[in-house]
Amino acid sequence: MMDFDWLMLFEISLAGLGSGGLYALAGLAFVLIYKATKVVNLAIGEMLMMGAYFFFAAASTMGWPIWLGIVAAVIGSGILGAVIERLLIRPMLGEAPISVFMITVGLSSILVGLVELIWGADQLRLPDFMPSDPVLLGEAMVSPKIFYGFLAAAVLIAGVLLVFRFWRGGVALRATACDQAAAYSMGIDVPRVFSMTWMVAAMVAAIAGIIVGSISSLSPTMGVFGLSVLVVVIVGGLDSVPGALIGGLLVGLVESWTGTYLGGEFKLLATFSLLVLILMVRPYGLFGTHEIERL
Amino acid sequence: MPDSAANPILEIENVTLAFGGVKALNGVSFEVAPGSITSVIGPNGAGKTSLFNTISGFYRPGAGHIRFRGEEITRLPAPKRAKLGLARSFQNIALFRGMTVLDNIKLGRHCHLHTGILDALFYYGRARREEIRLRADIEERVIDFLEIDHIRHAPVAALSYGLQKRVEMARALAMEPQVLMLDEPVAGMNREETEDMARFILDVREEWGVTILMVEHDMGMVMDISDHVVVLNFGEVIADGAPAEVQADPEVIRAYLGSGNVDELRRKLHEARTAA
Repeated sequence: MMDFDWLMLFEISLAGLGSGGLYALAGLAFVLIYKATKVVNLAIGEMLMMGAYFFFAAASTMGWPIWLGIVAAVIGSGILGAVIERLLIRPMLGEAPISVFMITVGLSSILVGLVELIWGADQLRLPDFMPSDPVLLGEAMVSPKIFYGFLAAAVLIAGVLLVFRFWRGGVALRATACDQAAAYSMGIDVPRVFSMTWMVAAMVAAIAGIIVGSISSLSPTMGVFGLSVLVVVIVGGLDSVPGALIGGLLVGLVESWTGTYLGGEFKLLATFSLLVLILMVRPYGLFGTHEIERL
Repeated sequence: MPDSAANPILEIENVTLAFGGVKALNGVSFEVAPGSITSVIGPNGAGKTSLFNTISGFYRPGAGHIRFRGEEITRLPAPKRAKLGLARSFQNIALFRGMTVLDNIKLGRHCHLHTGILDALFYYGRARREEIRLRADIEERVIDFLEIDHIRHAPVAALSYGLQKRVEMARALAMEPQVLMLDEPVAGMNREETEDMARFILDVREEWGVTILMVEHDMGMVMDISDHVVVLNFGEVIADGAPAEVQADPEVIRAYLGSGNVDELRRKLHEARTAA
């Protein structure tokens, strides 16, 4: 009987944490929107996808340098986020949460349709821009894309958290999340907070999309990634930033373990079992506040 | 004492507000003199809170004008009105739960801070100076004044109802308003708490020179501390004047107690039916 391969477990866990970082990043985008506007955004996966396609358009089609392509994709997504908020979300202010939820379901179909119209349904490859030498952590080998993707996600998450911690706009966001009427009467421009949040969230999602797209490939079905993100934020608690981070890493680990030891077809089964288990013990997610919507 | 000869700080002129077919406010007009304590009273559903929401910018009136220091503000959104110097409290406490008392009060200063995101990142000096001034201002004045020093770092959700009301008032005061609008400041308070709050309201006017406009059900307190009382019923002003005048007004007595005359009630009902 062979000994259990601990090194392999370690490598798999690192890979899991790596993709978990991306879940955490996308989860952060989701939580930002939910916290500020109380909208459950089912189109988060498609917003990710749009960012990746914008990057493709700038870096591959237009042939711009990589860094400019990333900047263009982020700005483009920010504009898209602001437009979505203004055209689809703002008019629904004060309507039942379920109606707004359905709007985001429709939005995801519209975005998928747009992508198929413009870029077609075939898989596309993003230009390679990450170093291709494998990374060694001790004895363990990690795929460079996953390693640098995780690094980028971690830096971005830290950046977003710092900005919201120290910038006064972050305080406005927290106040709006607490009590919209009170914030409005305190001189906080609540509609502006709304569109800012959608913009920032779309930009964060775009970066997650670019990384996810360059690890695998680009296709209109990329939004399925959003399904795992939904699991992540429900596990973590819809309105909790730390919840999204820890939930992201947790789901990444579980997917990676089951994918290796049980086979890829068990991945979704495992993540959703995790979801059911956690909701049975903590109905509002690991860190969620108790008043949040239950879906 | 209010200077009745001075221009009114707040003018409500012919304000009408309708929700569908229901007229919440119907041609409401009155003036608030600078430095006065003006109270709006009236039975439940008379339109007091609607009036407050219209003045603070949550509702847009269908007709009429609201002027603040002579300036037309009828179409201005609420945050702009807050910057001009209109602060309010809410009937159901609307504090930022989960934040501390100090954080809540700091948010009251939000409308006066001008540093944007770029400033915060690159011009740390200016943001910093503003921050220091802000803290000093708040600590010295509002917290001492409202005697909430001992709870400044407590989360608001853990405070008693009376203290929460006081924190809400502190937050509004931190906005350095010209007019402070209080929506039922003593609702649900016992007599001792009510007397405390009445004292604070008088002191705010005295020490800060802030004009007070309040909605209140506690008739005793209203008549004790107000300079000017406006009575609303079914969205219309039925009396307007000094507390003693208003108290003696037969319309007001009828609105609150009914006329006591059954024949007159029958006649009124009959009139209403034939009119309809």
